[in-house]
Amino acid sequence: MEANLVDKSVIETGEMVLNMGPQHPSTHGVLRLKIHTDGEIVSQIEPVIGYLHRCFEKHCEKLSYEQIVPFTDRCDYLASMHMDHAYSIAVEKLLDIELPDRVEYIRVIIAELQRIASHLVAVGTFGLDVGAITPFTWTIRDRERVLDLFETLCGARLLYNYIWPGGVSHDLPPKFIERALDFLDYFDPQIDELNNLLTTNKIFIERTADVGILPPEVGINFGVSGPSLRGSGVNFDLRKNEPYSIYSKFDFDVPVGKGEMGTIGDTWDRYYVRVLEMRESAKIIRQACAELPGGDVHAALPKKIRPNAGEVYGRYESARGDVGFYIMSNGKNIPMRVKMRSPAFCNLSVLSEISEGWMISDVIAILGSLDIVLGEIDR
Amino acid sequence: MTFDEIVALLDTKASGKTSVIEGKTVISVSPENWSEISAILKNESKLNFDYLMCISAYDKGDNKVYGAAYNFYSTVNNHYLEVRVEIEDGISIPSVVELWKAADWHEREAYDMMGLKFEGHPDLKRILLSDDWEGYPLRKNYKEPDYYHGLPVPKDKSYWD
Repeated sequence: MEANLVDKSVIETGEMVLNMGPQHPSTHGVLRLKIHTDGEIVSQIEPVIGYLHRCFEKHCEKLSYEQIVPFTDRCDYLASMHMDHAYSIAVEKLLDIELPDRVEYIRVIIAELQRIASHLVAVGTFGLDVGAITPFTWTIRDRERVLDLFETLCGARLLYNYIWPGGVSHDLPPKFIERALDFLDYFDPQIDELNNLLTTNKIFIERTADVGILPPEVGINFGVSGPSLRGSGVNFDLRKNEPYSIYSKFDFDVPVGKGEMGTIGDTWDRYYVRVLEMRESAKIIRQACAELPGGDVHAALPKKIRPNAGEVYGRYESARGDVGFYIMSNGKNIPMRVKMRSPAFCNLSVLSEISEGWMISDVIAILGSLDIVLGEIDR
Repeated sequence: MTFDEIVALLDTKASGKTSVIEGKTVISVSPENWSEISAILKNESKLNFDYLMCISAYDKGDNKVYGAAYNFYSTVNNHYLEVRVEIEDGISIPSVVELWKAADWHEREAYDMMGLKFEGHPDLKRILLSDDWEGYPLRKNYKEPDYYHGLPVPKDKSYWD
C-alpha cells in the first residue's frame, strides 16, 4: 500500500475531519462516516451507525415466533427472503422439525433468485459509485424481472413474509418454474454483456483494481464474511462447507478472488466474486427446478410454535454473508432473546482498517465493494 | 474436535477454570478467568478459534445476573464453541478486542443495549443509540421514558389520532 503520496517536507498538511453522510448518495443509506484525512489521504474512518435502528431485538421479545417474520423481512430489505430463511432455519432447529422435500426445494429456488436480485443491486450500485451510470440501469432492469416473479409468488415485491418457520406461505403459482427458467435463459447472456460493459472496462479497472486490499487473515479477525471475504481468496461458503437445507444435493462452485486485475482481495475482486456468484446461483436454480418434487407445502407448519427451553445459533449464507440468529427460549411462545448477527455490521467494521492510506474517492469504491445494507446493520 | 474433546483439552490447559453448563453444549467461564481462557481458545493450535461470530448479551430476568454468550468458529479446524460469561450487574468482563477485532463493535453493542461493561475495550461507547440515551433498552426491567429531550413520547395511538 502506497501511503506516502504526499511529500510532507514540501507541503504542510494537517489533519482534517470530513463528514460524509448521513445523507450522501454513496453511503448506501443513512450512514455517517467521520473521515480523518491528511490532505486527501485517509488516516482513519469512524463509521457512525444507528440512524435506522428500529429496535428489532426488543420487538422480538414481545412477539410470538410467527410474528417475527415480517420484522426479519425488514432487516435486510434487499434480500428479505434470506433473512426469513435464516430465521426459519434457526427456529426449526430449535423445534427440531423435518420439512417436506418440496418446501426445501422451493426455498432454495427462491433464495437463489433472491441472491441474483441482491447481487444485481450490489454490482449496479458499485458501478454507480465509481461513475458508471449505464450498468446500474441494466442491472435494475434485470432485477425487476426477479421482483416480478416474486410478485406472482406472494404478492409482494420487496418484503415478502413468504418463508415461515415450518414451511412457506403459499405453494408455487402455476407456470412459476417455466417463468423462472425463462428468466435464467434471458439472464445468462446479460452477465456477458455486463462483463463487457463494466467488468473489463479500463476506467473501471483503474478505479477498483489494487484498491482497498483486504488480507484474508484481517478479514477473518474482523469477522468479515460472504462475498467480501471470498474476494480475499478465502474459500468459505456455508452452502458448501456446512450445507444447510438441501444445498449438498447441488453441484456448484464457490468463486473466490484471484487477483486477476490486481492484488487478491482488492475491490475489483470483491465485485467480480458477486458477478460469478450470480452464475452459480443460476446453476443451482436450474438443478432445483429440474428435480422439484410434489407434495403439500403446509404439511410441517406447526399449529403453535412453543419450543422447549434452550438456545440455538443458526448460521446462514445470505447475499451479504454469514447471518446468525441466536435465539434463547424459556419454553413460552415468545422468545426470551433474539440476537441477530448481521453480516454487514461486521463487514462495515473493517472499513477503517482497509481504507487507511487511500484517497477519499477510493473510500467510496471500498465502501461500495463491501455491499452494506443499513437496515441490517442498524436493525 | 467434538465438544467433549474441547472440554477435555481446556481442562488440561486450565484446570478447573471452565465448567460445562448442565444439559447443554456450552462452556461457562467466570469473568476473572475469561482473559486466560480466551487467549487459549485463540492461540492453542488444536483449538484455533479464529472467527468470533457473535457476542449476544442476555438478561436472565432477575434484575441481577446478565451474561454474554460468545459464539466461536474455527475456519481452520471447522469446529464450534459457545462460551458464556455471566456477571452480576456492575461487574465488568475482560474485553477480547486484542484477540478478535470483530469483538470491538459487538462489545459496544452489548454495552449499548444491555449495559455490560468490558474492561480494556479501547473505545466503549454507544453504537446504535445516540450518546445521550439513558438506560439499556434490552434489559427486561427497562421502562420507556416519558420524555425525550423535553418532548413527550407517544405511548398509544391517541397521541396522533
